[in-house]
Amino acid sequence: MTSLPDIGARRRRTDRVARTMLALATGLALVPLVLILFYLVKQGLGAWSLSFFTTDPNGRFLGDPGGVRSAILGTIEIVALASAIAIPAGIGVALYLVEYGRDGRFATTVRYFVDVMTGVPSIAFGLFIYITLVLATGFGGFAGWKGSLALALLMLPIVTRSAEVALTLVPDSLREAALALGAPRWRMVARVVLPTALPGLLTGTLLAVARAAGETAPLLFTATIVKETTANLAAPMNSLPAQIFSDVGQAQDQLVGRAWGAALTLVLMILVLTTVARLISRRSRLA
Amino acid sequence: MSFQPTETDMTEPPHTARPATAPPALAVASGTGKRTAQTQARSVSLRNLHAYYGDQHAVNGVWLEFPANQVTAIIGPSGCGKSTMVRCINRMHEEIPGARAAGTVLLDDLDVYGEDTDVVAVRRAVGMVFQKPNPFPTMSVFDNVAAGLRLIGTRGSELRDRVEHTLKAAGLWDEVHDRLHQPGIGLSGGQQQRLCIARTLAVEPEVILMDEPCSALDPVATLKIEELVAELSRRYTIVVVTHNMQQAARVAESTAFMLNGELVEHGPTERMFTNPEDSRTEEYVTGKFG
Repeated sequence: MTSLPDIGARRRRTDRVARTMLALATGLALVPLVLILFYLVKQGLGAWSLSFFTTDPNGRFLGDPGGVRSAILGTIEIVALASAIAIPAGIGVALYLVEYGRDGRFATTVRYFVDVMTGVPSIAFGLFIYITLVLATGFGGFAGWKGSLALALLMLPIVTRSAEVALTLVPDSLREAALALGAPRWRMVARVVLPTALPGLLTGTLLAVARAAGETAPLLFTATIVKETTANLAAPMNSLPAQIFSDVGQAQDQLVGRAWGAALTLVLMILVLTTVARLISRRSRLA
Repeated sequence: MSFQPTETDMTEPPHTARPATAPPALAVASGTGKRTAQTQARSVSLRNLHAYYGDQHAVNGVWLEFPANQVTAIIGPSGCGKSTMVRCINRMHEEIPGARAAGTVLLDDLDVYGEDTDVVAVRRAVGMVFQKPNPFPTMSVFDNVAAGLRLIGTRGSELRDRVEHTLKAAGLWDEVHDRLHQPGIGLSGGQQQRLCIARTLAVEPEVILMDEPCSALDPVATLKIEELVAELSRRYTIVVVTHNMQQAARVAESTAFMLNGELVEHGPTERMFTNPEDSRTEEYVTGKFG
């Protein structure tokens, strides 16, 4: 019987040490994540009740401070409007970059600015809207739609970048097949490129929405913090991150508790969005 | 006017001139007519065709006739410009950034690169099958075939009839009739390629360009495609780019040999393989290089 050459003891030892280190590093990274989730659930669930979701903050400093209905609905309204602005615009820019601009000078410049915008701190978008729209004469003042605009600016580069990646992943052979059939370019994009890239577009878009839903800074001095529920995007509008920001600094346990409850609500809303994005992208891999 | 093959030494010149009543301009497939078993297709002629990728001169002054209702094979080593040349016929070459073509391509008497010629109309008249099967992944078998038809506005029961008719013409109907609404990419490689051929046939082109259609397929699937090509040549003018010289010998009436962007020799397939005039052709077909 032949035998394979022996693997040195030193090599086996190195392997074991390296593996242990990697496991330790992974464990270490998981600690804060688990702690955050644990605290969030522990503290947040305590604040939850039916009235937590069905009443607005009432501003009372003593006794029951009210729920976060206006914040939940405000977040949904503001983010919905922001998405309605940023998603079509972002996918449009990406379509231009991938299908028409390609490697031209203009497209390269646009790509560069999109990258720069991705790195702009979110508070800068809020400031920009504050200076140009909130302080403006005539239609000045805080309003939900201004918060939406600030979030849309924040989402635009994220949507553009992720959509660009999704569109680039569509094989050129499919574009050629469509063009060779005599499809005009716009038709090729609409019938072949967009449907093929759809799962990727959805995933990237939902992640951008999730990111925007959790942003505080762009909302603080655009949509600001109010108590009452409103469907009027022209009026100041409450939101979950702003509500948390306001509550957590208060010297009253019930207000701090409400901040925890609101944080748990927000995390769950984002978790649902992210899970949906995951499911969509997994389905596309199977196809 | 119509084009006659200029080769005088054709063993069997099967072509008569296009009837004088033939439409002079490029008629975009109307979506109604069905090609009969034997239909006069259009011939293609290249006159001093040059093609470039930026500064690189990929096709250098090719003069070549593709007679109607014949299969012409283009052979030559990798990078000799054969795919590029073929892609100039349906103007797919210009889709590549930095690529351009010069010279004349005629579809019968229609100038493919003419100022008044619509590139979309050219591509409907000149269909293309690619090297790797590329069915649209989001579409079912049915929708893949229907994709081109929908572009020209075919709807309803007519669409269903045409899809069935085309799948039968592509020899795929018996294999897929019970899974028309399943994804096209669920088929085997050979079936996918025949699906792509069906997709091309559906819009009733006059000319079909095949760019190494069997290079990703196994021998059995290759044989089926070759049989299909022979069958289709009764109705279409076919140009097959191939790496495989046996394939050229099996399917093509005439063969053109290209080297370094130039056309070295062109003639009836049998003569090209048994008694070529140019020594480079002989070296290539006998396997001395390439």
